[in-house]
Amino acid sequence: MAESAAGQGPSKLPRELGKGSSGWSSSLRWLLGHPIWAFVVIVFIFFSLMTDDFFSLGNFQNILVQTSTLGLIALGMTLVMINGNIDLSVGAVVALAASLTVDIMGWPVFESWGNLQILPAVVAGLGAGVLLGALNGLIVWKTGVDAFIVTLGAMLGVRGLVFVYTGEQSFFAMNFAYADFGASSFLGLPTLAWVFLVFTVLVHIVLSRTVHGANTYAVGDNREAAVNAGIRVGPHMMINFMIVGFFAALAGITLSTQMGASTPNLGRDYELWVITATVLGGTKLTGGAGNIIGTFGGVLAIGILRNGMNLMQVPAFYVLVILGAILIAVLFLDKQLNRQGEEGLRL
Amino acid sequence: MSDVKPALRLEGIVKTFPGVRALDGVDFEVRPGEVHALMGENGAGKSTLMKVLAGMYQPNEGQILIEDRPTIMANPIEAKHNGVILIHQELSLAEQLTVAENIFLGELPRSRLGFVDWKILDDRVGTILQKLNCDFGPRTKVGKLSIAKKQMVEIARALTHEGRVVVFDEPTASLTDAEKVVLFDVINELKADGVGIVYISHRMEEIFTISDRITVLRDGTYRGTLTTAETDEDEVTQLMIGRSLDYSRNESSGEFGDLVLEVAGLSCGKLFEDVSFNVRAGEVVGFYGLVGAGRTEIAETLFGLREPTAGSIRLNSSDVSIASPAEAIANGISLVPESRKEQGLVLGMNCRDNITLPQVGDMTAGPFVSNGAEVAIYDMYRDRLDIKAPTWRSLVGNLSGGNQQKIVIGKWLAMKPRLLIVDEPTRGIDVGSKAEIHNLIRELARSGYAVIVISSEMPEILRVSDRVIAMYQGRITREFTAAEVNEDNLVQAISGISGDEAAA
Amino acid sequence: MSSIAQKLTGGDLKGLVARNGIFIAFIAAMIAFGIGSDKFLSFDNLESVVRSSAMIGVMALGVTVVVISGNLDLSVGSMLSFGTVMVVDLHDKIGPGPAILVMMACVLALGAFNGFLIGFVRLNSLIVTLGMLSAIQGLTLIYSGGKNVDIDPSTQDTTWFRVFGRGDIAGVDMPIIIFFGLALIVGMIVAFTPYGRRIYAVGGNSTAAVFSGIRRRRVVFSTYLVSSFCVGVAAIILGSRVMGSQNNVGQGYELLVLAAVILGGTSLLGGSGSILKTVIGVLILGFIQNGLLLLGYPYFAQWIVTWIVIILAVWLDVAAKRGRLLSSIS
Repeated sequence: MAESAAGQGPSKLPRELGKGSSGWSSSLRWLLGHPIWAFVVIVFIFFSLMTDDFFSLGNFQNILVQTSTLGLIALGMTLVMINGNIDLSVGAVVALAASLTVDIMGWPVFESWGNLQILPAVVAGLGAGVLLGALNGLIVWKTGVDAFIVTLGAMLGVRGLVFVYTGEQSFFAMNFAYADFGASSFLGLPTLAWVFLVFTVLVHIVLSRTVHGANTYAVGDNREAAVNAGIRVGPHMMINFMIVGFFAALAGITLSTQMGASTPNLGRDYELWVITATVLGGTKLTGGAGNIIGTFGGVLAIGILRNGMNLMQVPAFYVLVILGAILIAVLFLDKQLNRQGEEGLRL
Repeated sequence: MSDVKPALRLEGIVKTFPGVRALDGVDFEVRPGEVHALMGENGAGKSTLMKVLAGMYQPNEGQILIEDRPTIMANPIEAKHNGVILIHQELSLAEQLTVAENIFLGELPRSRLGFVDWKILDDRVGTILQKLNCDFGPRTKVGKLSIAKKQMVEIARALTHEGRVVVFDEPTASLTDAEKVVLFDVINELKADGVGIVYISHRMEEIFTISDRITVLRDGTYRGTLTTAETDEDEVTQLMIGRSLDYSRNESSGEFGDLVLEVAGLSCGKLFEDVSFNVRAGEVVGFYGLVGAGRTEIAETLFGLREPTAGSIRLNSSDVSIASPAEAIANGISLVPESRKEQGLVLGMNCRDNITLPQVGDMTAGPFVSNGAEVAIYDMYRDRLDIKAPTWRSLVGNLSGGNQQKIVIGKWLAMKPRLLIVDEPTRGIDVGSKAEIHNLIRELARSGYAVIVISSEMPEILRVSDRVIAMYQGRITREFTAAEVNEDNLVQAISGISGDEAAA
Repeated sequence: MSSIAQKLTGGDLKGLVARNGIFIAFIAAMIAFGIGSDKFLSFDNLESVVRSSAMIGVMALGVTVVVISGNLDLSVGSMLSFGTVMVVDLHDKIGPGPAILVMMACVLALGAFNGFLIGFVRLNSLIVTLGMLSAIQGLTLIYSGGKNVDIDPSTQDTTWFRVFGRGDIAGVDMPIIIFFGLALIVGMIVAFTPYGRRIYAVGGNSTAAVFSGIRRRRVVFSTYLVSSFCVGVAAIILGSRVMGSQNNVGQGYELLVLAAVILGGTSLLGGSGSILKTVIGVLILGFIQNGLLLLGYPYFAQWIVTWIVIILAVWLDVAAKRGRLLSSIS
């Protein structure tokens, strides 16, 4: 009985609030489906009023480039988390891909290749990410060990690999075209912003329109049902781990093009930031719920907050406190909004 | 009939798991257009057999013949394509997805590039839903549907393929009587279309209403096939457990002790309203009604899990307010909850620790739990309830359903309550253990406990109760003594039909 | 003797390996390192391994209690930074005794806040403590103004505060005594008291625990107090040993601590595990690090080995519970 009521809880609110004129009601309902965007609008207006430097095209481009790193990983993390899994190793993969790419393009073998030497390096970097994702996925599939533990191990192990591989050294990109790419623009937008936006749209389409996307929700929502229906859950989850591995590697590469270098400590704590952004965007840790529009909002919220507070010259540490507070507040609000369903059983 | 080619035949199926021979040479056949019931106690191998049928397990020996053609089904999708469709016992649905996505889960129609082809999906699902007279559309989210409607979604899966054989595994477990009628209509329609139906259920009355033949399994072996029209419950039971059962009604003595519980005008929001009743020492009061009638909620309120909005509770002639289970326990109330695995037991704990859990704070020697006292309590209730567990160290999760239920009952008896509430005491328990638990409840009442039994099974209520309280939509409709009550007036009372209306 | 052997083996060898895989791996690793390096098994080396593991170990004790009750605590790393910075900073200002008291009170308040949100408001522990990880890191920086703190060099050798990190009793280093002493106390509480039983019940099945009259909210709340108390103790050891602190000294410790707990064999699902297992997990982490260094591998090679050991340990555990090695997920 409690179960049947629980399902009705969340749906009530939008319907009741949506009784006004149709244009307003549909946008209101949309906002309630993605509460993070309301927050994005609020902080956007707030910083536009509070500081002169915020509201400018140049700054918006900045924000997009700054968020692109976290944002790319968050795209993949959304898939993995909707699956009911998690990937804590993304930060380490960022460092590995960046170090590999920057190092390999300097190998003597490719010396005569000119700018083409970047190509095998990038392929190797991305390949390493996909491979590590596949390894995580394979272990989760074949051993049945919780993804949290598997990727926690990988987080340590891959970081260890990075330190051993680099000998704890930073690498610098000898090919200047690499660093130029990170600073380049295309049709008036920074190239890195384009990369982020294009992949956002792409993953959104995959998740909302394709069979793989529908299966992603099904597996996270009710794994037993997915198995019963004949979905090959193990390989399916592995693919999503490979996707998040790809995006973590891509983020590492774009980050190193911005710096023209890689450091072995690159991407530390990224897993926590990415999970924060994804959860802010409405993805449930228990799986089965979430979407890319929300995740994009979550990433932007963090990006605008960091950027705006930086412009207001608020010390960086307040951002940490505010971010933690927002994360808990969002969780608290979500709990309150969905509460009616419990019918007051005191557990 | 006998020369009809069977739609599906299983021959000598053997399925072993490490250390267990779950199926041992089982034969089974379904003819087109018949309902073939499959019965057996829990652990007899019904579910394993069905999983073999649905391609979820591969048999070690034996073969599956579909229309006399040996077939190997490597996974559920292949089974579906061969026309074998399994409707799961536990609702096997993804709540966040739409009805259409759920029905075609695992084989959503694709257009190019792996996109879902919504047009085809909506068309096909729309047709199926129409056929089933469903009042919801393909794009409705499953999470918003009632349990019965979810069951219809599950059934709709049976119609996505040209089914030869449809297997229903305990389909009525969560359905109300009215919804059962719809289900039986669907089954009869499928039957008329020449589909073979396998019907698994513990409930005898259903089996005898719907089935044409009955096959019985025991301990993974085939015990025989009976024609429903030519057999009776006793014969089926004998095949299932190897002996007959006592189905006698409770003979009420009519002599009870003091009033233990008096409830007056108790309400809890819309869950139940203005409920008044009392229970005496030595008496069993049965609560009967449809799922959602508010019976479990009353128990939860008495046990401090819900806050009443009105009314009073008196225990042993003094008013009490109960704000938590801890306070309910202090007041001498025990609740054996509805769901053994979710509410009753910590499955990863051993038998002893589960039984002593509510009183572990009182069983100390110095700051530590007294091992001796705990084992003494376990031994006492193991003997009294005849709990079959290797040692007290065995994890409760490894015991059979019947023994698990006895652990829960033992846990609450050990609290020496004045009032014992038992919610669905035999749900999911096989026939043999059921009778044992019924006898136990009678015995407890005889030894002076005041007992409330909540059940959705009429035979159970009739069997154990001294008094029956019927509920309909959160209100008490009628109270019967054991002498007054019979199946007809009880069904009327719980359907909201008053005696006059029924007569007119 | 034979009865002990029987109890350990439970009759069959396969069960023995599966159930006690972590012990066997531990012993095998000790033997391998012992053969590979003659310094490894010397008393001095063993003592230094345990000493350097003590701080992670103390934190792991509290986290184990939280994990048994079915929750997570990712805020312990930030909390360690906070506690260490605070106790070191206050040492010169108000003296070591008051500094310890004030720091403990603040750390316990943070733990209580975690416990309130997770126990009473019933929010998801992973996200709450993730938020707290970030917030406490910020609080630490705000408190210190972004500067590292030190105890006045002239008093470093004279203050009694030095005893926690640098003292010894009968030749045994103080951090080791604190670690094992606290492990004994927490271990006894968890294994043998009614409170401990309730923690297992809540972690095993919180609904059933409530239906058994256990006050679930209070139990969960209290586990976070235990966890933050342990972090406070770790902060005292660290502050006393280093006589100073960086703002981010505890960064990343939350996951390292969790790795030790998992390595010991405590399941993240809750309801199982023990303090003894965690102590072993902590020691394994320490010995892997030390052993590899003695064998001449680079420092970070230990992380790679830890990765492999964690997966193997948990896989064995899962497989033992399921009764077979390959999962049924397909």
